[in-house]
Amino acid sequence: MSILVDRESRVLVQGITGREGSFHTEQMAEYGTNVVSGVTPGGKGKRVAGAPVFDTVADAVAETAPNVAIIFVPARFAPDAIYEAVDNGLPFVVCITEGIPVADMVPVYAHVRNAGSRLLGPNCPGLITPGEAKVGIMPGFIHTPGPVGVVSRSGTLTYEVVDALSRAGIGQSSAVGIGGDPVIGTSFIDVLGLFEADPATEAIVMIGEIGGADEEQAALFIQEHVTKPVVGFIAGQTAPPGKRMGHAGAIISGGSGTAAEKMAALDAAGVRVVDRPSAVPAAIQAALS
Amino acid sequence: MNLHEHQAAELFATHGIRTNGGDVAFTPDEAETIARGVGGPVVVKAQVHTGGRGKAGGVKLATTPRDAREAAKAILGLDIRGHVVSKVLVAPAADIAQEFYLGVTLDRTRRQNVVMASAEGGVDIEEVARERPDRIVRALVDPFLGLHPWQARQIAFALGIPADKVGGIVTIARQLYETYVAEDATLAEINPLVLTGSGEWLALDAKMSIDDNALFRHPEFEALRDFDAEDRTEIDARQSGISFVKLDGDIGCIVNGAGLAMATMDAVKLHGGEPANFLDVGGGASADQVAKAFGLVTADPHVRAILINIFGGITRGDIVAQGIAEARQRVEVTVPIVVRLSGTNAEEGQRLLAEAGLTATESMDEAAAAAVRAAHAA
Repeated sequence: MSILVDRESRVLVQGITGREGSFHTEQMAEYGTNVVSGVTPGGKGKRVAGAPVFDTVADAVAETAPNVAIIFVPARFAPDAIYEAVDNGLPFVVCITEGIPVADMVPVYAHVRNAGSRLLGPNCPGLITPGEAKVGIMPGFIHTPGPVGVVSRSGTLTYEVVDALSRAGIGQSSAVGIGGDPVIGTSFIDVLGLFEADPATEAIVMIGEIGGADEEQAALFIQEHVTKPVVGFIAGQTAPPGKRMGHAGAIISGGSGTAAEKMAALDAAGVRVVDRPSAVPAAIQAALS
Repeated sequence: MNLHEHQAAELFATHGIRTNGGDVAFTPDEAETIARGVGGPVVVKAQVHTGGRGKAGGVKLATTPRDAREAAKAILGLDIRGHVVSKVLVAPAADIAQEFYLGVTLDRTRRQNVVMASAEGGVDIEEVARERPDRIVRALVDPFLGLHPWQARQIAFALGIPADKVGGIVTIARQLYETYVAEDATLAEINPLVLTGSGEWLALDAKMSIDDNALFRHPEFEALRDFDAEDRTEIDARQSGISFVKLDGDIGCIVNGAGLAMATMDAVKLHGGEPANFLDVGGGASADQVAKAFGLVTADPHVRAILINIFGGITRGDIVAQGIAEARQRVEVTVPIVVRLSGTNAEEGQRLLAEAGLTATESMDEAAAAAVRAAHAA
């Protein structure tokens, strides 16, 4: 068991013939992910990593019946790609693209919800169920199958933590990057709920960062609905207010969204909060024993 | 990107919001000339990208053109929270009967835009939000339908605005929301929005921040960029695809990925040091990007050691190491460099770095501690 993707997942890649899209399609296929097709307008007839390319999502759906879409389309065209996937019935859409304007994401978010689909990202590394399917851009080899669910707003920091877990002999059920933008489709709460319900997940690692209040919301949710142990880390304890730290959503504004507030909220909810990524494996070991 | 008051006011005016006008002066002479043109009392206001300018002495009332000159003289060159004033806005003084706050921004938790208003105008709205949250009324905006008149009306009545003045503020609220959407703003704010003695609505201040990710749709904003106010280095970095934020410490950081870059700064602090910057070179950490990063970090004279933290994911560690060694040869770096390299082929990468004369380790904690020691020894 796992959450969101597994070896049965049938993956459609939007923007499959682009530099990023083709590279990561090869990488995903090499990992064992079932990439069934791709879309690039005007690309009909081509193949990438053996997967047929179509002009439209409608054609790809009719011919190959995908149930997950992953998007590698440039920022100015990515909102349209999300609409195309959702309007053609894709229940789960992963958007890797960074740099989408907030004004575009607000209606996208509402539309995806109204359609009953789920969006992961944008500006995220995607997700992986180790040994089964990788729908994203993370290095697959650092992951090992096991009982820990990982959810994070970051990319490389997640790899850092996953790598430390794997080296300590602790595997992962699934690892999910929810993205670093102010408006993202799937929140900590959504993923925490899925891990709580997943029989294969015994403990959860949650990696947050400064900006917004999603970690505080997650803390309330954990207090009420999560029975499994949670270990938390928040990046940006030294970040100054009013400055965007790389991710569009990582900014302390009006004095709120600080790491200290988030760590206090998680601590109050019973989360084992650690002050450095290298402390995660020991905290998980303690939680599991 | 933040706009100055006078720039935001011009945008508000193009969307139909009545503002107080005025002109920008760079010298006391110019301020006097503008005040003479106004022909009555004026307000002289510092144009800086920070709040709290009133408290800092950056806003002055002047009854004569001579006073306006003196006011401008006092304000120009003033340091307001680290921002030096290089221009002032000289605008007609208004006859204020009542002050309000009106703003539009993103409610991140609801993933919807929100219109906010308060009868406590003219003061720091964040302070009101913290201390008297019940004094702020809000309306979440439907992303497909926009702000309904009834929502703006409901806000107006909640603020206790007299019935014959409600229509006016409803129009302004809808115009402000339109401005926010049309200009890809992340904040559009009027503080204060005033009712004058003669019963007219007037925007006495204007504040706007534009979404950096949407600037491709607004090439016109490039001309409004204030190079005095924004850190030049941060803009240069952005053009090279590097996220850079200058901080006050002495340990330069070069990292791949924003989250890991923040965690690296935290590790430096945890080991008793102070980071000199936030820097995300992007995923691949190529020789070109690392060379640019060296340039950015070494431009800061306070930097006494450099900590490079790369998690080699899909890009192999030996390739990253070659890139670092190559960048090191291209850019002259006189301070000690500590490299933390992990991930694929990390051992091979560390060997290459050692050959190039660089200290390399696999642990982030060890690397942070080593960088702090090197900075203190320097």
